[in-house]
Amino acid sequence: MSTQQTTHHIQFVPGSEFKRRAAGIVADPFLKKSFRGAMDFLMMKRAAQFPDPELLERQRDLAEHIRRYSLSKLPQLLEQLESNLKKNGVQVHWAETPDEANAIILDICRRHDTKLMVKGKSMVSEEVELNHAMDAAGIEALESDMGEYIVQLAGEKPSHIIMPAIHKTKQQIAELFAEKVPGVSYTEDVDALIQIGRDVLRKKFMEAEVGLSGVNFAVAETGTLCLVENEGNGRMCTTVPDVHIAITGIEKVVEKLEHVVPLYGLLTRSATGQAITTYFNVITGPRKDGEKDGPKEMHLVLVDNGRTQAFADEQLRQTLQCIRCGACMNHCPVYTRIGGHAYGTTYPGPIGKIVSPHMMGLGATHVLPGASTLCGACGEVCPVKIPIPDLLIRLREEATHEAKPGHAPMFGQGAGKTSFASFAFKGFAFLYSRPALYRLFTWAATRFRFLTPANQAGWTKTRTPLTPAKKSLRDLLAERGKRG
Amino acid sequence: MSARENIFRKLRAASTTPLPAPDSAITAHYASLPRTAKADLAREFAEKITAWHAEVHAVPRSAWVAKLKEVVAAKGIATLLYAPTTAHGKVLEGAGVQGLKPYDKPIDGWKQELFENVDAAITGTRGAIAETGTMIVWPDADEPRLMSLVPPIHIALVDADTVVPTLYDAITQQGWSRGLPTNALLITGPSKTADIQQTLAYGAHGPKELVVLLLTGEDAQ
Repeated sequence: MSTQQTTHHIQFVPGSEFKRRAAGIVADPFLKKSFRGAMDFLMMKRAAQFPDPELLERQRDLAEHIRRYSLSKLPQLLEQLESNLKKNGVQVHWAETPDEANAIILDICRRHDTKLMVKGKSMVSEEVELNHAMDAAGIEALESDMGEYIVQLAGEKPSHIIMPAIHKTKQQIAELFAEKVPGVSYTEDVDALIQIGRDVLRKKFMEAEVGLSGVNFAVAETGTLCLVENEGNGRMCTTVPDVHIAITGIEKVVEKLEHVVPLYGLLTRSATGQAITTYFNVITGPRKDGEKDGPKEMHLVLVDNGRTQAFADEQLRQTLQCIRCGACMNHCPVYTRIGGHAYGTTYPGPIGKIVSPHMMGLGATHVLPGASTLCGACGEVCPVKIPIPDLLIRLREEATHEAKPGHAPMFGQGAGKTSFASFAFKGFAFLYSRPALYRLFTWAATRFRFLTPANQAGWTKTRTPLTPAKKSLRDLLAERGKRG
Repeated sequence: MSARENIFRKLRAASTTPLPAPDSAITAHYASLPRTAKADLAREFAEKITAWHAEVHAVPRSAWVAKLKEVVAAKGIATLLYAPTTAHGKVLEGAGVQGLKPYDKPIDGWKQELFENVDAAITGTRGAIAETGTMIVWPDADEPRLMSLVPPIHIALVDADTVVPTLYDAITQQGWSRGLPTNALLITGPSKTADIQQTLAYGAHGPKELVVLLLTGEDAQ
């Protein structure tokens, strides 16, 4: 039974494309409603897990402490992790770029004559576009997380990091299965749909030469990879095929297994409002002599892809505290209205806005930090207390200015600068720093307010025109003074 | 320069401020939480894992084989995978349980058979966690990893005396960091997914059913 589907390459066109896609979704009342409903559901479930706000605050402080501590000794922890993984029989690889990561994985696959790779959920594999690279090399890379499987079958990309198919209704999935899976007829019964996916994928787990997974936490002291999941496909991918390749970002390491416990507790509660997931898969090496199952060979690919740029700056480093729960998306007034696809980045929503500029450069992403109301909800729900609004403001600044003296320019530094904006701000500064000129300007602006154009570019598309007041504040105060 | 060297060079170039280790803060946090009394741990575990859709049977330690036979009959289990060299595996041999199949050789020769012709597997556990209703499964050379994953029904033996309050207690009291197996597992209910319209469905990829035989003292049923 073949269910292979070519995945789409991310084609991100900044600015106008983001706005066009977002506008399209906002205009689609059906999509808007289903997204909003799903997000309300996730928000409610999360809130139910944290009835005591003081306790939640203590938990967040602790989790932040653990993540900041881990990052404060990141190079040492990575060395320790590498050395312990090697002792456990795991081969460790390093990749600065997506291309390097894909080349490493492709090389391992070729050595094992791989035709099929089954994949557990891994956002880093999405980030490096591994499926695309495997496809180009003639290797089938099959997603096995139910949501990812559905999205891949439809030839789409995940629209949420935790619930990849959240934008699809069961009717759409029923049609998709009936059309794409041989021998399946249309059913809207969710249990039946899951059973179809289960049957297809079980055969694939048996066939696959290689299983690929992500990593939720890597433990330096023991050389251990921890994976969090409900379905069991992650366990299948890491246990059934002869070769297991894990791929993750360099920031995922913590020092001790004890440090994982508070993070895991907050991850599942923040993500889906569950106190715990069905499986917590703690892997400390491939099959040992005498063991009867498990992979015979195991690899870990550690990916940089812009993370060292974020690490270089103390403020931006906080981006790397993220444990990928997705709570910031679920609570974002922008994400809940436009969904994940509008962003055109692997990671959507607030976390996507602060992490993508390091991966793709500000040239491709400078519009994203601007697409925020700065309401602060993302920072408030973040289980590791990343000050997302502050980082959004910082990135807006970096996108529109040259690097500050003594700072290395970011990838795409100043890409959002426009000559019109520079001109307008220069004019503003000129006018507002010269009192006589400013008085003359307000005098003229209030008298000639009838000349204000009705069409003010982007502003008046959805708003009433900006018109100067009849009287300036200065005039009003002067009148008040006269009246005594 | 290699990718590894470049990454380390960039990381080391950044200025970092040393922070105190979080260990004592973690210990203090868990010590500050209300704790379930020892006598109530097994009951709390049973309630919680039942809420996660597991089927729990409390049974005296001397009577679990009889309960297992009932479960096998009730569910129509034709093939029951077991680990013959474990303590519970030895008890099972010759106990007259229908359809017993030993996991006694490497998986490589019989993967398809395991996936297609085994209805259930019975495994031991290393303990359990009351707070979340979670079993600690510790596969090894005797009792391999796939037993708790591939067969549609997983039957697990949990001794009531091994239930601890939290995951933190389990990791610290049992000294996990000093000797982790190649694959340790926390299991909380049967496999599930909510990936289609947030509708919960069981048996996504792993077991569709989880049966817990909770072993208690003779009078504690």
